[in-house]
Amino acid sequence: MTASPLAAWRDRLAALAPVLDAAEQPFRSQLTVRVSDPDAIAAMGSALGVQFPSAACTFTSGSGRFGDVEVLWLGPDEFLVVAAPDLQITIEEVLRGALGTVRGSVVDTSAQRTTVVLEGPKVRDVLAHGCSVDLHPASAPGGTCVQTLLARTGIILQVNGDDRVTVLVRSSFAEYLAAWLCDACSEYLAVA
Amino acid sequence: MTFRTPTGGAIDRDTLLHFTFNGQSYTGHPGDTLASALLAHGVHEVGGSVKLGRPRGIVAAGSEDPTSLVQIEAPFSEPMLLATTVELYDGLVARGLAGQGKLAAEPDPARYDAKHEHCDVLVVGAGPAGLVAALTAARSGARVVLVDEQNQAGGALLGVDEYVDERPSAEWVADVVAELKSTPGVLVLERTTAFGMYQDGFVLALEKRTDHLGFAAPEGVARQRVWRIRTRQTVLATGAHERPVVFADNDRPGIMLASSARTFLHRYGVLPGSRAVVFTTNDSAYCAAIDLAESGVDIALIVDARHEAPARLATECAARGIEVRAGHVVVGTEGAGRVTGVRIGPLAPASPDITVACDTVLVSGGWNPVVSLFSQARGKLRYDAELGAFVPGEELSTVRVAGSATGELDLNACARQGRDVGSEAAAAAGFAPGGQVPLPVSDSRCTARSGLVLWRVPGDDDASFVDLQRDSTVADVLRATGAGLRSLEHIKRYTTIGTAHDQGKTSGMIAAGIVAEALGVELEDQRPTTFRPPYTSVSFAALAGRDRGELHDPVRVTAIHPWHVAHGALFEDVGQWKRPWYYPKPGEDLHTAVLRECRATRESVGMMDGSTLGKIDVQGRDAGKFLDMLYTNMMSTLKVGKIRYGVMCGVDGMVIDDGTVIRVGDERYLITTTTGNAAKILDWMEEWLQTEWPHLDVHCTSVTEHWATIPLVGPRSRDVLAAVAPSLDVSNEAFEFMTWHDTVVAGVPARVCRISFSGELAYEINVTAWHGIAVWEALMAAGEQYGITPYGTETMHVLRAEKGYPIIGQETDATVTPQDLGMSWAVSKKKPDFIGKRSFARAENNRTDRKQLVGLLPVDPSVLLPEGSQIVETDRLPEPPVRMLGHVTSSYPSAALGRTFALALVRSGHERIGETLFVPVEDALVPVTVTESVLYDKEGARRDG
Amino acid sequence: MQLIPCPWCGPREEAEFHYGGQAHVAYPEDPSALTDEEWAQYVFFRENPSGPFAERWSHNAGCRRWFNAVRDTRTHDLLAVYRVGEPMPEVIA
Repeated sequence: MTASPLAAWRDRLAALAPVLDAAEQPFRSQLTVRVSDPDAIAAMGSALGVQFPSAACTFTSGSGRFGDVEVLWLGPDEFLVVAAPDLQITIEEVLRGALGTVRGSVVDTSAQRTTVVLEGPKVRDVLAHGCSVDLHPASAPGGTCVQTLLARTGIILQVNGDDRVTVLVRSSFAEYLAAWLCDACSEYLAVA
Repeated sequence: MTFRTPTGGAIDRDTLLHFTFNGQSYTGHPGDTLASALLAHGVHEVGGSVKLGRPRGIVAAGSEDPTSLVQIEAPFSEPMLLATTVELYDGLVARGLAGQGKLAAEPDPARYDAKHEHCDVLVVGAGPAGLVAALTAARSGARVVLVDEQNQAGGALLGVDEYVDERPSAEWVADVVAELKSTPGVLVLERTTAFGMYQDGFVLALEKRTDHLGFAAPEGVARQRVWRIRTRQTVLATGAHERPVVFADNDRPGIMLASSARTFLHRYGVLPGSRAVVFTTNDSAYCAAIDLAESGVDIALIVDARHEAPARLATECAARGIEVRAGHVVVGTEGAGRVTGVRIGPLAPASPDITVACDTVLVSGGWNPVVSLFSQARGKLRYDAELGAFVPGEELSTVRVAGSATGELDLNACARQGRDVGSEAAAAAGFAPGGQVPLPVSDSRCTARSGLVLWRVPGDDDASFVDLQRDSTVADVLRATGAGLRSLEHIKRYTTIGTAHDQGKTSGMIAAGIVAEALGVELEDQRPTTFRPPYTSVSFAALAGRDRGELHDPVRVTAIHPWHVAHGALFEDVGQWKRPWYYPKPGEDLHTAVLRECRATRESVGMMDGSTLGKIDVQGRDAGKFLDMLYTNMMSTLKVGKIRYGVMCGVDGMVIDDGTVIRVGDERYLITTTTGNAAKILDWMEEWLQTEWPHLDVHCTSVTEHWATIPLVGPRSRDVLAAVAPSLDVSNEAFEFMTWHDTVVAGVPARVCRISFSGELAYEINVTAWHGIAVWEALMAAGEQYGITPYGTETMHVLRAEKGYPIIGQETDATVTPQDLGMSWAVSKKKPDFIGKRSFARAENNRTDRKQLVGLLPVDPSVLLPEGSQIVETDRLPEPPVRMLGHVTSSYPSAALGRTFALALVRSGHERIGETLFVPVEDALVPVTVTESVLYDKEGARRDG
Repeated sequence: MQLIPCPWCGPREEAEFHYGGQAHVAYPEDPSALTDEEWAQYVFFRENPSGPFAERWSHNAGCRRWFNAVRDTRTHDLLAVYRVGEPMPEVIA
């Protein structure tokens, strides 16, 4: 009944092993939140059980009544709340409740982007073929979250750990991203 | 006869490589370049010259060589490579070029790549200075990248047999490289040429990764890679190039730079010839002469332009029986192809007094520091009169220079500079000094300082070549100065000196010197020509990297795309999107398919994928107020549940976009934009919100790809919708035109809007993109009994054009107002202000002869006007200039009208309705009748089904 | 590829940004009160100095924030960046 943007790419992404463990994480609940009032931000964080990131270009994660939730910094008054599938409607309600009458907005953008999780010792190398942001662990430690370009598409890049990165991409660009990843891995696969 | 020495050189003599050059078979060894392998067989003549067809040989041993251009023919055809930089491999097939190669006709099967790299200190050049600089920076803990264009580190040491720290220099080099490679955070890149230096520490470098493997290049590995290096500090240890002296007939094969001959000897074990004359202005060529003499070359004579030969070196020569003639110069050469002799005479007056037979002439006119990257980094250059060359003339905060690139030619001093500069660079990047690098000590006997600066020996100016690749002579330079040119930039363009593949590495300085002499000015007062990237040639394939084929530009697809592919749609590119253009049945072309799709939609029901439409969620207390400013019509009065069409203009009053605005709640709207403008309009909204009206309580969020959007169109659309949305009352009363309802369609939560871009009864079904394909299929199934027909953008265009609905970007081009489009009805008279309003009152916007949107009906109903055709007033073309009244913006055959029709922008179009105008099509003037833009169902009776 | 220091995200490559022309050109309070010439001045005319120039940039591919920058038009060097609403800083060209 449902189809995710990279459903047809599952095997091709899986074939990037052992260079990369690459897989789409489809259907995640995603809500774009625009808010700048600190109290409202704190209230939203409490409602989710995860404080919103206070530093630019970072993300926070934690667990609460909606299970594991991440909050990604997208701009000085813009965040992306990410949770497991099928929670977007209730989370939207809860966030609206926490926002109250304060200036801000909450929008369900769950299908706007899809998520690709990449893991492997070469993950930063592979991405460096198309990403101009310094991905050295000293410059991009775990907890980093940048919006930037990967080759010719915009991405949100979350660094989860030394060898693990999560990439969010607009759904219409997802196949381009997947094709690019496969191409960028080909040399590592040939050598491996 | 072989010119390979019995021993020596960094070549693998046990392995034989076979190659073909100019149709002849040869052999060489791993470690050879194509040039060294040819020289080993006594082949000097590589190609001809570009204009004069004169034979040309090999002048230098590296990338500064002006002449040895070849075309590789196998494994893959590649033009304009230098024999001196092509590493030999088995099976290589090449031929010499006369300045022009030929691109392959078939696609290059190799892979190309790019990679970003960040560092604290970038060192360019792995000669003694660069190695010490890199090691110094590395020991401080900095992230270091060291790039070098050669296949091994060592720089100038590769071309000599000198000792460093009392052992062969290669051992010292190997130790330094080993330490660098084992230091974390250090990247050493061989075969990598830094070819461009830009702002903010951005350096582009080309790594040739598998070129040298030829046929054995592994599959899947990128042949070349462009490194995009971002560095905080840069050390340029780019070395120096020997330059020749210009004299008559200085271009014959066999005439080469003295240090290059020395390099061929020590690095490749190759002798340049049997009997050589050495012509120099400085000490360094003596070492070449001595080394070659010791290897068996008969050094017929050393001609030293200086009045006195250097005593110690002259003594060494005498001990070897080499005659030195000081105060003399080479004034000319002889030979049909390769040089067979030189004419020698005193420096002044330069007239020949003896002729010496030889097959090789080794020339040294001094050394040019390689300042290209320094100059690209905007560093100012200074003329060093003693050196006769431009050198770095200022200190830059992020770019430092070390080694012979500064003009320093003593190895020990170069290494000291490398250490100083490497330490400064690391400190500037924030790193405290690490373990001090011991300075290497060289036993070198020759330096190039205390030379005589000599650009040319007077002689036959027409045969005295300054730029051998461009066939540009002293006569050309004098013609330029004689014509009144004074700037080196102008003279460069006039003579083309320095514009070939080598960018004047050996010729540019000499040209500047000759110009200064001719003009009687000092070189200190001359501005050198600007150095520009790339330092050496870079193929377009490398620059393209992996951005080719399917990755050339992102292809954006909707959630329903797989269905379109599976059902044989042909696609149209709309920006980066692939949109179904039409769905041909077997045997159908565009016109027949579109006529069928249009007829089916107008007579029963059709549907299309409208998911590419831009969608923006607009929320906040001031959302209505904000939209009132953006749209020409009023949006704040729209009731919740209703939809309104809207037009957006720029401040100049010209239409920039249109779409629908639906009011979702008291403080929430959802607006749509045209497919191509989705990102632009979101940016436009953010621009106003962030920079002009930050006080407004409004937030905009793109939801374009969150929703799949399916327009369901035609008189039977209501029946189909009813079948898939049983809980929805689809009656005309319950679901009015320009309203929306949230409901469930095919079991999926959906928002259904009753809007129409065709004039027919129509609904637009929005579901989350994940459900797009399932809902599409459910609609196809539900509509089967009505012959539901999927249609593409072409049918959409025809249907809307029949109704006179403009397409932004097709009917408009940033010079068209809403009034021009006949949309005054969409321009509010009540609102005090909105973007563009003030411009509507400008005189220009109120001219009666503005181009306005009208319909055109060809008098012959079967004639299809080409889109873009001009429109004229008379049935015969007057003498030019012909007054153009406008142009055809859209043109189609129409199933509904049973004829062709067009939309057009025509001067005073609204006043011309009923007139006959003419459209030049090929040689004929096609008569057309001007009509209103709405041609179908003018009363709008079909909208309600 | 120049680096542009986004006031929020830090230095990023120029390709992530969108140029927005001269800064500090406010939308007129009441356009209808302006003469055609005054309005044309707002719509069509901008400064084009040789030297420091205050202009608007948007970090399009990043945080999507508009900000102001002072750029030396002779060298492209960015002398300062500052957030919308902040006064133009003193710069030394």
